[in-house]
Amino acid sequence: MSVPPSAPTAGEVSGGDEAGRLVRPFTLTGGRTRPSRADFTLITTVTAVDPPPERAARPQPEHTRILRLCARPLAVAELAAHLDLPVSVVVIMLCDLLEEGLITARPPRSVTGTPDLDLLEKVRDGLGRI
Amino acid sequence: MAGSDSTAPTALSPGRAAAPDTVKILIAGGFGVGKTTMVGAVSEIAPLRTEEPLTVAGLEVDDLKGIEEKRSTTVALDFGRITIGDDLVLYLFGTPGQQRFWFMWNDLAIGALGAVVLIDVRRPESSFAAIDFFERRGIPFVVAVNGFHGLHPYPTEEIKESLALPAHVPVLLCDARERDSCRDVLIALIDRLIEDVTLQPSPAH
Repeated sequence: MSVPPSAPTAGEVSGGDEAGRLVRPFTLTGGRTRPSRADFTLITTVTAVDPPPERAARPQPEHTRILRLCARPLAVAELAAHLDLPVSVVVIMLCDLLEEGLITARPPRSVTGTPDLDLLEKVRDGLGRI
Repeated sequence: MAGSDSTAPTALSPGRAAAPDTVKILIAGGFGVGKTTMVGAVSEIAPLRTEEPLTVAGLEVDDLKGIEEKRSTTVALDFGRITIGDDLVLYLFGTPGQQRFWFMWNDLAIGALGAVVLIDVRRPESSFAAIDFFERRGIPFVVAVNGFHGLHPYPTEEIKESLALPAHVPVLLCDARERDSCRDVLIALIDRLIEDVTLQPSPAH
């Protein structure tokens, strides 16, 4: 009925628990380390692979929504807005989909260092047409 | 010079649109200065919004103790899109106006072509912090003065002086509600970027 006098206190448990009761929630990711969230910026373009690879597991409903939305290339920020979900949550799901080979991801145009003159002129011309 | 970037997608099935290159420009400035209005004026889509819970968007927070008052806070990002061509899309991101959300700016600023700092002519000081941010990081920007009801009581020279802006930072008068006006601001930013590139001593020739 009563707690055995030998029961460890919370402080002792966190120090080292032989019963292994402290399973932290993020172990649910299975220790996955790749692909990383850094692969997905706000303007990384995501496209569903069509047809999906045969080995792919049946996608979850939210995953199916994503795949439907990015049947044509769509930026991560747009996906998040359409799904009405935080970008950070969408990115976690995109990691799963990328790992399963259900999507391809195209990183944004790199503009570090000296910007590319051709790119800038193209943007300028494009703006001039709107 | 061109052609070094030959990582064209090849694994796409026939008939499928290739993913375009993407670039972004930030629209910054104080709270309520007209950032989302500007994004909406030039975007080809109605501005989209993503909301990030602060506890997720910030550092990896395990413990909510001490930040209870912020638990329900979200950082909203409004953005729009301009399709430049089949293979290039420009995104415009309105930066969060409140100073306490500035940690978002660093992430946003990475990989941006440059920025527009919008100024409300009635309270220019609300955009000082944005000017500082881009100056310190060496991110090219232009200043666009959003006239209240489109009115501009001060000439650009006067504004430039009062903001203590370096000579190379363009100052434009604009109306954030008008598409053409906002487009001209963006073009001025790109012109400045082009100038930066062409004025640099080129090692290639």
